[in-house]
Amino acid sequence: MHPFEYVAPTSVEGAVKVLGEHGERARPIAGGTDVLVQLRGGRYELDAIVDVKNIPELMQIRNDSDGLEFGAAVACYQLYEDPGISAEYPGIIDAASLIGGIQIQSRAGLGGNLCNAAPSADGIGPLIVYKAVAKITGPNGSREVAVEDFCTAPGRTVLQRGELVVSISVPKPPKGFGAAYERFIPRNEMDIAVAGVASSVQLDSSGHTFEASRIALASVGPTPILCGYEPGSSGYDDPLAGKSVSEDSIAAAGKLARGSASPINDMRGTIEQRRHLVDVLTRRTIGLAVERARAAL
Amino acid sequence: MVAIYEPTQDLKVVGTRPIRHDGYDKVTGRALYGADVKVPGLIWGEVLRSPHAHARIKSIDTSAADAMPGVFATMTHADLPMAEDKDVDVGEGMVNVRRHAVNVMADDKALYKGHVVAAVAAIDRNTAQEAARRIEVEYEPLPVVNNVDEAMAEDAPLLHPDMHGNHLGQQIGGTNVAGQFRHQLGDPEQGFAESDLIVDRTFTLPMVHQGYIELHNATAFWDEEDRITIWSSTQGAFGVRSQTAGILKIDESNIKVNPVEIGGGFGGKTVVYLPPVAAVLSKKAHRPVKMVMDRTSVFEGSGPAPGGKIRVKIGVSNDGKIKAAEADIRFEAGAFPGSAVSAGALCVLACYDIPHVRIDGRDVLVNKPKSAAYRAPGSPQVAFASEQVVDEICDRMGWDKLQFRLENASKQGTRRADGPTFARVGLVETLEAARASDHWNTPLEKSGDGKLRGRGIASGYWMNGGGKSTCDLSVSDDGIVFMNEGSADIGGTRASIAMQAAEVLGIGAHDVRPSIPDTDSIGFTGVTGGSRTTYATGYAAYQAATELIEKLKSRAAALWGIDPEEVDFSDGVFSSKSDPELKLGFKDLARRLDGTGGPVTSTASVDLAEAGNSFAVHICDLEVDPNTGKTDVIRYTALQDVGKAVHPAYVEGQMQGGAVQGIGWTLNEEYFMTEEGVMANSSFLDYRMPTSLDLPMIDTIMVEVPNPLHPFGVRGVAEVPLAPPLGAVANAVTDATGTRFTDAPINPGKIVAGLAHENGA
Repeated sequence: MHPFEYVAPTSVEGAVKVLGEHGERARPIAGGTDVLVQLRGGRYELDAIVDVKNIPELMQIRNDSDGLEFGAAVACYQLYEDPGISAEYPGIIDAASLIGGIQIQSRAGLGGNLCNAAPSADGIGPLIVYKAVAKITGPNGSREVAVEDFCTAPGRTVLQRGELVVSISVPKPPKGFGAAYERFIPRNEMDIAVAGVASSVQLDSSGHTFEASRIALASVGPTPILCGYEPGSSGYDDPLAGKSVSEDSIAAAGKLARGSASPINDMRGTIEQRRHLVDVLTRRTIGLAVERARAAL
Repeated sequence: MVAIYEPTQDLKVVGTRPIRHDGYDKVTGRALYGADVKVPGLIWGEVLRSPHAHARIKSIDTSAADAMPGVFATMTHADLPMAEDKDVDVGEGMVNVRRHAVNVMADDKALYKGHVVAAVAAIDRNTAQEAARRIEVEYEPLPVVNNVDEAMAEDAPLLHPDMHGNHLGQQIGGTNVAGQFRHQLGDPEQGFAESDLIVDRTFTLPMVHQGYIELHNATAFWDEEDRITIWSSTQGAFGVRSQTAGILKIDESNIKVNPVEIGGGFGGKTVVYLPPVAAVLSKKAHRPVKMVMDRTSVFEGSGPAPGGKIRVKIGVSNDGKIKAAEADIRFEAGAFPGSAVSAGALCVLACYDIPHVRIDGRDVLVNKPKSAAYRAPGSPQVAFASEQVVDEICDRMGWDKLQFRLENASKQGTRRADGPTFARVGLVETLEAARASDHWNTPLEKSGDGKLRGRGIASGYWMNGGGKSTCDLSVSDDGIVFMNEGSADIGGTRASIAMQAAEVLGIGAHDVRPSIPDTDSIGFTGVTGGSRTTYATGYAAYQAATELIEKLKSRAAALWGIDPEEVDFSDGVFSSKSDPELKLGFKDLARRLDGTGGPVTSTASVDLAEAGNSFAVHICDLEVDPNTGKTDVIRYTALQDVGKAVHPAYVEGQMQGGAVQGIGWTLNEEYFMTEEGVMANSSFLDYRMPTSLDLPMIDTIMVEVPNPLHPFGVRGVAEVPLAPPLGAVANAVTDATGTRFTDAPINPGKIVAGLAHENGA
């Protein structure tokens, strides 16, 4: 392994400075559950590892009437062990509580999951369907990027030289909102999604009509896919808005999601199997999202 | 040496469940495994592996690595002598030493992805890894042979153009079929002509790995007197000695192997990979060299179980009898000859008493790692085929699957197709226990949530092994008996061997203290494999203990001034046959031995030609999600003729472990190979072994039909539990889905595709 420096700055500015100096030859780590494994696997070489767990902004959690904002280094367990967050953001908790095992969840977080930009990431789809935004600071100041625009290719993101994700901000879900995430793995735990689907729905006050929806797919394309959306564009073609909640409308959404998937054949699954799973998981997660939305009416 | 024993009654130690002698060290982490070895002056070795599955090696340039600060030595195949062209027994199969040396380090060709082509020793592991990357190898990629069909195709690329295969006794050149044989009993054509139903199916299986948690490791020191000391986690220290000696072309007596603890082997740690490399690096570096593989190297560069293609054809008459059967087994040996096809051929139809049988076997070379033993080598694969054909016959004829197996079961006197007839075996008793079991008598309830449920049953067979073992005993002044024996302890054999000595000596299990010394310090003992250890080394312990008692009788006689013939021993007490006052317990006698003729010791060695065979029957309930193809095993019962369970808890553990490995093998595990011959899933993450969350409690039912060849009736127990599960699980999937799956693994993708096909989609 190529020797690297370990740096543990205590401020965002300090981290940005080191990252800016090294560019691609440095990476931030929080839990390190992706970067350290990739380093040991020889996927890339680094000159510096920037441990961001000593930076207060990256370790904070704020959950109030505006919504949820958590630092990019917050570990999964900190989200699912918080009763308030668990009750209000169950679709995010679905992912936070199934990434890896207990040990991994105690180190790894959704910020790292997002920045690792794996096509199979469990955490990104749920953030997309909650309309989460990544708050980024770099040498030229701060900016915000919607999570659906964040990943650009496997392992690639919009982050520029020296930029760091500081936090992820999730708007407060309105009444009648529900979301869920489900993935398929052949085993019960400790596996990578063959396919994953996050769905959110906004129901009207009757609970019988979709006002809005989002369906995000994992492991079936080079990046997470938000159905009905071209990354970077302003248009969004909502698959369910205006439709009544019915088996037919949900089945149609499943078909649509299936069509949005562009999977590959690999050791984890086949193209046909993954398309089929997207259909099944879309119907299942919309069903669960509707249940959760109705409970919140 | 074959003695016949009557079943022993009234055992006091054998059949109990004491804490194992090595238990505290293992659960507290004190036990010394190969990766824990530290000796003064230690440096690290690393290897460079071929990125190509088949390539000519045009040149190797180590100069950049040699020039690196901290590098002590580099090595290529040129540093190995030309080993003798002879076969050696590695415990569960034969290996040709010259080819083995080429497997340990490639000569002019890389024959599989991960084949070692060079090695380096450096001051620390990081430096060694960096140095290995600087070794420059020029390859000329060659066409890759991916499977048995490609290997046997006309004009197939040849892995070993110089090799001649033994095809039915003829030496044939220009082939990838390293061996071809046939066993025949009766007249199969006549048997099939008499059949009312014939089912003929072909099955395929990919390679799978044993999945032991501990990585291969070796530490070696080549000293000034050209003696080599090796520390390595292995199933057999003497096997490490003989293989390393053969590859390095030096005398075995110049190698001392220290057996450290072993973290799983399942057959895969019978073959050496690292010790000869570490030894040569040590010779060049004048330092002890330590090497530890990583997980990807273990997958790509050790010995998986062979995949292959198996055709089974069985004919039955309307009265429920098997009239004839044929099997054609083609196993992937990997890049060198020597798959488990010969063992598979002995197992494929062994559960059934069939008058007319033909079994063909082929050992086929492909560009994959050389296969090695895996728990009942060959038997799980062939049972996946034969047990599914039996299941289909019963389905089509409407027969009870247990009754059919009982009516056609092998028993004492049944002739196996390759010749031998069975001695006293317990298949019938095991099937009867299955029929009486709660599991078999509890109907499978329908699932409430749309999942498809099914039940499968299958039988399996393993020969078990005998072979050479040594055991030494010495009595201490306080009555503790120290035991040295030569068997690597993978599955609790320190306990199971010590308990057999304790039984004879009339003392407690913990009054015997077992040790496994280095190869200089104990007589030859074969590998822990073939389910031979509790049987054969236990037999040696029985004999040594028996001799010890005779010696102690003489000492008691001397103390009492009576004739040794006058001394009786029972229930741990020495007594005079004529004078009831003269009586000494084992420990009391031990305290009084001083002055009676020196320390009391005994030793025994055995070479057992035969072992009692084992049969197992497994029942599996599972449910399939028809939408995703995900399968969950919901109930599982493993039944087995265990002869006599010396330590029942460890026997149950073996039965459960075999079932679990079989469940994983059937449902998800595989070497997922690209067209270029690269294993795409060479990590535990993607190899998908079941975890504890994927399994129900595995229930066990031990059936004890004593083995007449062993004083306590012991049979090997550790391998046959992997024989039935592939059939049991596959048959349960068919029962659940109505679809027969002939290609392993039966994973969710295949199930969804199979169900869609069934529904006409």
